Amino acid sequence: MNGDCLRELAEGVVKRALAAGATDAECTIAEGDEFSANVRMREVESLKEAGSRAAGLRILIGRKTGSSYTSDFSEDGIALLLKSAIELAEVTTEDPHAGLPDPDELGSVEGDLRLYCPDVEALETSFRIETARRAEAAALDADPRIANSEGASFDSHVGRHIFANSRGFSGDYRTSYCSVGVAPVAKDGDSMERDHWYTLARGFAGLESPESVGRTAARRALRRLHPVKVETQRVPVLFEPTVARSLLDNLFEAVHGMSIYRHESFLAGKLGEKVAADNVTVIDDGTLPGLFGASPFDDEGVPSRRTVVIDRGVLKSYLLNSYAARKLGMKTTGNASRGLAGNAGIGHGNFFVEAGVQSPESILAGVSNGFYVTELMGFGVNIVTGDYSRGAAGLWIRGGELAFAVSEVTIAGNLKDMLMGIEAVGSDLEFRGSTASPTLKIGEMTVGGK
Amino acid sequence: MLFSESVFASRFNITRQNLEAWLAEALSQGGDYADLYFEYLLTSSIGLDESIVKSAAQGVSMGVGVRVIVGERTGYAYSDDLSPEKIRKAARVAACIAAGPSKVDKFDLQEGARHNLYPVLVAPTETAFAERVELVKRADRAARAYDPRIFQVQATYADNLRYVMVATSDGVLTFDRQPLARLSVSALARQNGGPPQSGRAGGGGRVELDYFLTDHPPERFATEAAREAVVMLDAVEAPAGETTVVLGPGWPGILLHEAVGHGLEADFNRKGFSAFSGRIGQKVASELCTVVDDGTIASRRGSLNVDDEGHATQRNVLIENGVLRGYLQDRLSSSVMHTDSTGSGRREGYAHIPMPRMTNTFMMAGESDPEDIIRSVPKGIYCVNFGGGQVDITSGNFVFSASESYLIEDGKLTRPVRNATLIGNGPEALKYVSMVGNDLKLDEGVGICGKEGQSVPVGVGIPTIRIDRMTVGGTA
Repeated sequence: MNGDCLRELAEGVVKRALAAGATDAECTIAEGDEFSANVRMREVESLKEAGSRAAGLRILIGRKTGSSYTSDFSEDGIALLLKSAIELAEVTTEDPHAGLPDPDELGSVEGDLRLYCPDVEALETSFRIETARRAEAAALDADPRIANSEGASFDSHVGRHIFANSRGFSGDYRTSYCSVGVAPVAKDGDSMERDHWYTLARGFAGLESPESVGRTAARRALRRLHPVKVETQRVPVLFEPTVARSLLDNLFEAVHGMSIYRHESFLAGKLGEKVAADNVTVIDDGTLPGLFGASPFDDEGVPSRRTVVIDRGVLKSYLLNSYAARKLGMKTTGNASRGLAGNAGIGHGNFFVEAGVQSPESILAGVSNGFYVTELMGFGVNIVTGDYSRGAAGLWIRGGELAFAVSEVTIAGNLKDMLMGIEAVGSDLEFRGSTASPTLKIGEMTVGGK
Repeated sequence: MLFSESVFASRFNITRQNLEAWLAEALSQGGDYADLYFEYLLTSSIGLDESIVKSAAQGVSMGVGVRVIVGERTGYAYSDDLSPEKIRKAARVAACIAAGPSKVDKFDLQEGARHNLYPVLVAPTETAFAERVELVKRADRAARAYDPRIFQVQATYADNLRYVMVATSDGVLTFDRQPLARLSVSALARQNGGPPQSGRAGGGGRVELDYFLTDHPPERFATEAAREAVVMLDAVEAPAGETTVVLGPGWPGILLHEAVGHGLEADFNRKGFSAFSGRIGQKVASELCTVVDDGTIASRRGSLNVDDEGHATQRNVLIENGVLRGYLQDRLSSSVMHTDSTGSGRREGYAHIPMPRMTNTFMMAGESDPEDIIRSVPKGIYCVNFGGGQVDITSGNFVFSASESYLIEDGKLTRPVRNATLIGNGPEALKYVSMVGNDLKLDEGVGICGKEGQSVPVGVGIPTIRIDRMTVGGTA
């Protein structure tokens, strides 16, 4: 189906829900085609290609909610979708805050956000395979110690997102992305280490060359060889951009409107207070063209926008959908996010730390003894308390230089102290997904080792 | 079960002749093997927050995945439309992986062997919604009644009913009807306006709804979540660095899942980049350790009558008295490694290529009294509950994060300690196991395992064990 047909379908489902007794309704339709080619040790390992689509419906009867989804777009399938949602509204409880955004909050970002590039669909299968093969070959040929590989992949996806509600909103947009990734294995004596690198863009033209991806992946795997487990100690910790991003994932959970009204975030009740070092500004911007966190409207039909979350260390805003906003007596920040079924949750747009002025090299040069983290493992972050304890691997810093590989250690602290303890923010901000951070230096954390 | 009684025959009018024709289409360009995986999935979920049932959702999805294997190469395509022309198209797309003349022209599909591990007459998904809504309401009341310091409760109930059918070019045709249900509760406690602490608990399995109305009522999970939140109010900083660790029975078996389970999945070993590659027959744990992956335990979350390649699941010994015995095999890896599938081929759904995966992974009971194990430790920590874990199968390094643990001082449990991650190396960590309890327990049934973007339900289990040396990621 084309976009107009799907939009008509979504609008029709909303109308039929109202006719069946709903007082409000929202319909989401997602459609997508995926392609994936994997190459390993220079041979094709797998090819996958398919398309799918599904529809979700959420209805309100007064302040009671019901929700359903289906991948069956036949008349029977749609009839069941409507019946299921209406039936469920009977069993939920009156929620005084349940509802849709006000009509004057609905709308869409003007202009082209460049979320869809037709070149992704035009590529020949053989060319996609060859791109993955070139990336892996560059890794395998980089050094004789790259003796094995988990493989390289070329992935692409094109999708269409449709949303309509009973307050008069109806919209749709197309998206595309493609990516090339390589995961080489370095081996030297008894030591075996794996790392990976990738490039991701809305269109093929935006990708880095497969050779540069392969060489970077090889360099990352090689530098991990022969790691040491260091003594337990308190030292400055540098997060390279790929792992600094994970701190933003943690911060997002902590400014998530649902966590705030439930008091399950260490940042609940801290609006207007200083929560991070002066050099830290964090922004959520769903309107940056071409980037992966951009969208014309959120999953409740509210326009995406730019929200300053932390301004020079001061907490300025939480990220909210209309429900969390009503709970907190605030206005939605256009951050509703949902799957097909259930109530809207909260998601971020492009969520990032603003670049600082120091180059990563000069930050490194200022550390006499410290830990440069390149990989984090596990789920040891408690947003309620801020307690932070994760497995880590990376490189030890001696006299301002990367000296030797370190693994099988932990880094621990509390996010409250870590945010306040950010001593340096690098100039190396780059978007490789919907969160991004430059290199960050935290004054002191506990490294757990021997 | 007869083919004609399956949902795919009765509802979608699929015939044996259709299946044979689509398999022939999949192998029309050559190839060693092809299979069709049909899935029809019904799900429902109920969410309670602030004593309000805020969400209830139900849905249906269906699809078919077509796979063609040529040597070590896989072609895969799927369709969420079960009309004959769409399935034929998917078979043609999957066939593109091969380039040669068709090798097979005739199939004679025979119904394959399967267990009957979850003879559930009425699946939870098929019961009245009102009964299931009552579960989250009861959980909420019980958690709040546990202690006045509990101020927030969330309860989520989710179930699904999955019908699968697998037809292979080896001539095997299998069906399964897989019910699954889970109730999860989280609670927040606070005292004297201080900072909150959280606790979580949950359970379920391939069971009837009656499971939650008899031996495993919502009150059991609710009070457990509330208890953990209240205990943590007094938690002190966890130690940092190497110490002696005692794991309590049950869910701490996640250690085995991360430390050895993933590293023994045959795909990584076939390709030679697991820390366990080429180590069959070598000592990788103390002789007190025997580790098993068993997909045949009745009603368990990780159990399956047949795996997602139509092969009956089985009990696989991974480590026997400290010696590495075997890998978890699926169709592709076992054929390349010239051995048999261990019934470990699993996938998230029709849109996913199967891989070797775990089912229920646990350590066999030993002989020590659990209390003696704690008494034997002069200084260390005792971990009874965990959040998630992760492993780097190449280096073998793994982590798992303790959510409830206590200091052990002079053989006694003293203070609760704050959340901390434990880190170790797979082929080394279990060598330091010096005592194994007689109290093997399987987890309550909440595990989800992720691998290469695919999630599947799993179980774990372990008796109380003492590990002489492991790195703890605290701050003290």
